[in-house]
Amino acid sequence: MKGLRNYLDKIKPNFKKGGKLEKFHSLFDAMETLFFVPNKVTTSGSHIRDAIDMKRTMIIVVLALVPALLFGMWNVGYHHFLMLGQYAGKSFLEVFSFGFLKVLPIIIASYVTGLTIEIIFAQIKKHDVPEGFFVSGMLIPLILPVTTPIWMVVLATAFAVIIGVEAFGGAGMNIFNPALLARAFLFFAYPAQMSGDKVWISGLASGEGVIDGFSGATPLAHVAQNELSKLSSFSDMFFGFIPGSIGETSTLAILLGAIFLIWTGVGSWKIMVSGVLGVLSLGLLFQWLGAIHPDIQNAYFHIPAYYHLVMGGFAFGIVFMATDPVSAAQTEKGKWIYGFLIGVFVVLIRALNPAYPEGVMLAILLLNAWASLIDHYVIEANIKKRLKRAKI
Amino acid sequence: MPHKIKIHKGLNIPLKGKAEKILNQGQHQSSLFALKPTDFPNLTPKSSLKEGDKVKAGEVVFFDKNKPELKFTSPVSGTLKSIVRGERRKILEFVIESNNSQEYVQFNPGNLSGLSREQVKELLQNSGIWPYLRQRPFNIIANASDTHKAIFISGFDSSPIAPDYDYILNGQETDFQKGIDALAKLTEGKIHVTVNGQFPISKFWTSIKGIELNTISGPHPAGNIGTQIHHIDPLNKGEVIWHINPQDLLIIGRLFNKGVYDATKIIAIAGSEVLKPSYYKIIAGTSIDAILKDNVTPGSNRFISGNPLTGTEIGKNDFLGFYHHQISVIPDGNHYEFLGWALPGLDKFSFSRSYFSWLMPTKEFKIDTNIKGGKRALMITGNFEKVFPMDIYPMQLLKAMIIEDIDLMEKLGIYEVVEEDFALCEFIDTSKTDMQTIVRKSLDLIVKEMN
Repeated sequence: MKGLRNYLDKIKPNFKKGGKLEKFHSLFDAMETLFFVPNKVTTSGSHIRDAIDMKRTMIIVVLALVPALLFGMWNVGYHHFLMLGQYAGKSFLEVFSFGFLKVLPIIIASYVTGLTIEIIFAQIKKHDVPEGFFVSGMLIPLILPVTTPIWMVVLATAFAVIIGVEAFGGAGMNIFNPALLARAFLFFAYPAQMSGDKVWISGLASGEGVIDGFSGATPLAHVAQNELSKLSSFSDMFFGFIPGSIGETSTLAILLGAIFLIWTGVGSWKIMVSGVLGVLSLGLLFQWLGAIHPDIQNAYFHIPAYYHLVMGGFAFGIVFMATDPVSAAQTEKGKWIYGFLIGVFVVLIRALNPAYPEGVMLAILLLNAWASLIDHYVIEANIKKRLKRAKI
Repeated sequence: MPHKIKIHKGLNIPLKGKAEKILNQGQHQSSLFALKPTDFPNLTPKSSLKEGDKVKAGEVVFFDKNKPELKFTSPVSGTLKSIVRGERRKILEFVIESNNSQEYVQFNPGNLSGLSREQVKELLQNSGIWPYLRQRPFNIIANASDTHKAIFISGFDSSPIAPDYDYILNGQETDFQKGIDALAKLTEGKIHVTVNGQFPISKFWTSIKGIELNTISGPHPAGNIGTQIHHIDPLNKGEVIWHINPQDLLIIGRLFNKGVYDATKIIAIAGSEVLKPSYYKIIAGTSIDAILKDNVTPGSNRFISGNPLTGTEIGKNDFLGFYHHQISVIPDGNHYEFLGWALPGLDKFSFSRSYFSWLMPTKEFKIDTNIKGGKRALMITGNFEKVFPMDIYPMQLLKAMIIEDIDLMEKLGIYEVVEEDFALCEFIDTSKTDMQTIVRKSLDLIVKEMN
């Protein structure tokens, strides 16, 4: 790697202030630090530093997303061929590569758009390119339906990075999770392409060759329409053999990612656990109400509470979206409250709101907005405790 | 009632190069010694000698212009070789060349039990020993006129590759007891000595009278005075606590036993780049070159007076700091690493398990001075709390310091912390923020606002 290092050292002066390629300084810097950890040494404070940095943190999250990504690619192919009635004759590779080719352009679109904007902003503001988009760039494709047109991916990503992050002052200052903001933008701007029964499966909207009786509705849609008989089995929902956004369907794959995040210490287990508790608390309350009042028409009162954990985007949202440290509550006590309320609102929106079949996105965005308020009260309590101690 | 404290938050950094319990004395003595005014925050030095003047051990070299009673005396006898100045003629070092015969100024303290508080104070000030007494908040030299609620002594150092106090203090009970008796004259509060609760308490500590002997067990920063104060007698706004290092207390003891400023110390020479890490008996302010001669790996190294978390960078011919009992030598990190952030990293220590080095829980690591990443905004939450064993929100306090909001800092507990309390946060920080500098700046700001 000496050669590459020497080459970088040779061209580096061109990107410095006054160099002829000064305009591409941020791009050069991003590439250089991508290949080489810089040679900077400590000048004050602790002389030694932990090996972790933002790049390592972000790559850990991307790795945690890989199971969900790979399963999502396979699942895209699986449902496509299932819809055509051809799944039985296809090899694993054929199914996977179909999905791979459908998903890859979305990923490329998201990364190219986001990184380009990030680099331009870094150049204008004269700071380093932040690594946050490593993760957002992967999250955005995984929470979209596979049928989302590429131009929408580009538009949503641009919206998320410019309005969601840079307008607030850049990575680390944003209030809302950028990836969720991208999805919310599309959800409200282009509802026809983001919801309904036709969007989750590649090729379903055109209707060509679709076998009779194939619906493409997600489990959430079945429950919302009181069609419990059509609801997939728990194991199908847990393993992910259901329609849905690309990365959200397999609770198992997401669980693997969650274990990885918790084990490495990168993701907050408190948010994940309290989120699950929140879902189960309200879910169980509804289940109990449903049991003593069998005449309640709403099917959400007649499903087991734990179904909420494997349906829709809850697992993906609580593991990868709610735990975003920038938009989540920042105090440890606050994280318990934050996660729990997300869980509660997910069930609340799913079961009682007639307009939205899925509540995860809105629940997390709502709690993003409340996160600083939660922190405020947690910290006020600490301040009061200190004042009280002083008086004694 | 002695306190028995257990803390769970913190981190022992498994750094390579702990000093072996071998004591080198006599040989390796340096002839140059220095007093560094930069060791004392907020001090304006005024020299009482000229270059070339003869000094005895215990003779005043300089004093604080704003508080003339704060005197700093020579640890050895010899001549004032040079006054080293930096930018804007700021005095950096008073370098004294020893004549190797150690003639002392005699202070004739008489019998300690017959002395008044005032007399003890003056003896300590005139002998230049007073500055070893420091105070919280602010981590500055104790102000003799302040009423303080207690004096704290930490009986061990939990920082990485730190010296073992039990080994150093062994056999010096008489001087230590005398030091405690002198402190008792100065204070109306308790004298808290807190020792490591993970091991049986050594006879040294149980033989000392007139102290409250507490234990604390847990990872670093259990040995930090700030951690101990927080759990035993937390500081509120307006309160003051004094503290002193056990070895510095021995110097007080010797003043009253022998009548002289005898600044002999045992320090640890440690770190992965020291060939034979061990203990050395030296005199305070010694230059380190004689000690480290032929004992350091070739290559490019960093020399630190103190431990690698909180110490001061010095040159290889520079001097031991006033409050330090350790010299650390670690490799310089001035190199690029190809895809360093993406590799498994079996040789990289991390508090997180994001590198595979967690597979080797007993391994000792060689850690160089590379920052290991780029500086970023403070994004990751929840980590600082894991190494900060106080009921304080470190991230929020740090942000209050960054925006220089003194009101908010007070509310969030600034009076309970000093630089070293943030050292572990700084070490594990993903965003590579220089926190100890921020803490020092904030403390200086508050001191300035209060005057």
